[in-house]
Amino acid sequence: MADDAELLIAGGGLNGLALAIACAGAGLPTILADRQDLAATTAAAFDGRTSAIAYGSRLVLDGIGVWPEIAPEAEPIREIRVADDDSPLFLHYDHRDLAAGGLDPVPLGYIVENRVLRRALLAHAAALPELRLLSPCTVAEIAAGRDGAVAALGDGRSLRVRLVVAADGKESPLRHAAGIRVVEWRYDQIGIVTTVRHERPHGGVAVEHFLPAGPFAILPMTDDATQAPGRRARSSIVWTENAGLVPHLIAMPDADFTAELAARFGDFLGAVEPVGPRWTYPLALMQAERYAAPRLALLGEAAHVIHPIAGQGLNIGIRDVAALAELIVDARRLGLDIGDPMLLERYQRWRRADAMLLAAVTDGLNRLFSNTITPVRLVRDLGLAAVNRVPPLKRLLMRHAMGMLGDRPRLARGERL
Amino acid sequence: MEPRGSTADSGEIERFAAHSAGWWNPAGEFAPLHRLNPVRLDFIRGGLITHFGRDSRAMRPFAGLSLVDIGCGGGLIAEPMARLGFRVTAIDAAAAAIDVARAHAEAGGLAIDYRVATAEALAAEGARFDVALALELVEHVADREALFGAIGALVAPGGAFVGATLNRTPRAFALGIVGAEYVLGWLPRGTHDWRRFVRPSEFVLGLRRNGLQATRLAGLTYAPAHGDWVVSEDLSVNYMVMARRP
Repeated sequence: MADDAELLIAGGGLNGLALAIACAGAGLPTILADRQDLAATTAAAFDGRTSAIAYGSRLVLDGIGVWPEIAPEAEPIREIRVADDDSPLFLHYDHRDLAAGGLDPVPLGYIVENRVLRRALLAHAAALPELRLLSPCTVAEIAAGRDGAVAALGDGRSLRVRLVVAADGKESPLRHAAGIRVVEWRYDQIGIVTTVRHERPHGGVAVEHFLPAGPFAILPMTDDATQAPGRRARSSIVWTENAGLVPHLIAMPDADFTAELAARFGDFLGAVEPVGPRWTYPLALMQAERYAAPRLALLGEAAHVIHPIAGQGLNIGIRDVAALAELIVDARRLGLDIGDPMLLERYQRWRRADAMLLAAVTDGLNRLFSNTITPVRLVRDLGLAAVNRVPPLKRLLMRHAMGMLGDRPRLARGERL
Repeated sequence: MEPRGSTADSGEIERFAAHSAGWWNPAGEFAPLHRLNPVRLDFIRGGLITHFGRDSRAMRPFAGLSLVDIGCGGGLIAEPMARLGFRVTAIDAAAAAIDVARAHAEAGGLAIDYRVATAEALAAEGARFDVALALELVEHVADREALFGAIGALVAPGGAFVGATLNRTPRAFALGIVGAEYVLGWLPRGTHDWRRFVRPSEFVLGLRRNGLQATRLAGLTYAPAHGDWVVSEDLSVNYMVMARRP
């Protein structure tokens, strides 16, 4: 019996869509199924978050052809200022420091609204002849064999494919069904995400305040062209707060919420005014015990969830996409079965080290900074100051945050697949 | 000994038949072939892309062309060739291997014409192909000259041939037999008989006598640092030959 496609991707989130575009764009017959109506996922109400796109992720999005549609709505991050509560010591990353080290002074990254990313990815996906989008449609079950996989769909149909990719989020039903266990840690913190307007322009500067309850990040967004001049400057807020306090903050009247927010934001950009809904996301750290099972690979949050402190959650998923797309396309160009166990083994080896390292680093940062004990504060302030004074170390940390270090897939190096 | 004119060697066929069930187990008796496969496929694909002027990024670059895989075993090369767009006929003298290959291709949704046959029987039917492959075969046949004759007849004018075998050098004896069969245990003992190994000059000459011009010779070398096989200039153990019929 002939295959319905070679690759089935369960989940049309940012990572699932990016993988589908990379593979189908290279000519691989691909099906992507999502349990929701994908057309509805670009509405502002679906996902209010913004994402930090590291420079390495931008290269991947460029490599699969979607960056030109995103670029007009992506705000470049030219500087990152990291400050510890009210301490005068802080760490300052400036993209011009890269030039001093003989590197291209490219932006450190970009801030983009998730719905902009979704819209660009969906538009691109809809135009690819080798990609079939099934939505709303659930992948109920996978029967994996040595000769291929059969996916049972929620509507009773079944699909024969070579490889299934679970891009179905941190609760990944396909991961559960494959019997892959996870190691999980819930933080007693909740992330509040909202947008604020401020009087003065941000100048492409991202600010991370380390407050006792957790990091408070101010991320520069593109101007809001729908507003009158002078009212266009805006930033996205990722505000980590003790879980117990969050319901009160969310329920507050606008004036009280503005006061709470302004107390943390500071007045360096003039008066601030929250606009739009307040979103909350519980913070958790999760690692899947394995990233693959027979005929199944886990992608993005199905494999790992990290603390958002360093803004790397999406970027680590995009690196999964770049690595898996490269392994799949290279194997298929040789005529090999893309569900081959040797390929899945290489994917797991390649990606796990990176994901575990980031999980450890971000968890460590969160523990270090969500702490008011004086000696700890002193040490971390000295640490930030020390990093600031050693340009090569700073450049190394900057390039790590930009996703420009390590064994990078071709797409993440700006090369073609 | 088989009568002259037949390439099939009953002892060799039985030896492979006994291991047929393991053809598609990447951790089984044929694990070395699975590991060798990507580098062999890369050599075959690259050579044929150049020969036929096809698009190197395409998923089915060889659509519209026919190929015969002589001594196909379980179909480890025939299946990739079908995925790359060739209309594949694959033959082996061992019925057990063909049974395994046919079942595997059917389960995987690939249309491949598998037959229990020798190259000369197929040639005698008048069959012609754009490409003929004979990988790890010439060192196993009873009558090498008859095989070269059949290959010459099977490749259509303008077509190409790719072969792979083991050189008859002390190094090949040490690595290909003592190393692979006795020390590392990669291959079942008795897989190879060193006296049947073929020097590159003999291979090239055998092809030339039958109208095929060798265009490229390359070695396949195991690089322990990579844990992988790589294409090299070293022809002293495993090597591949690419040829064309004008």
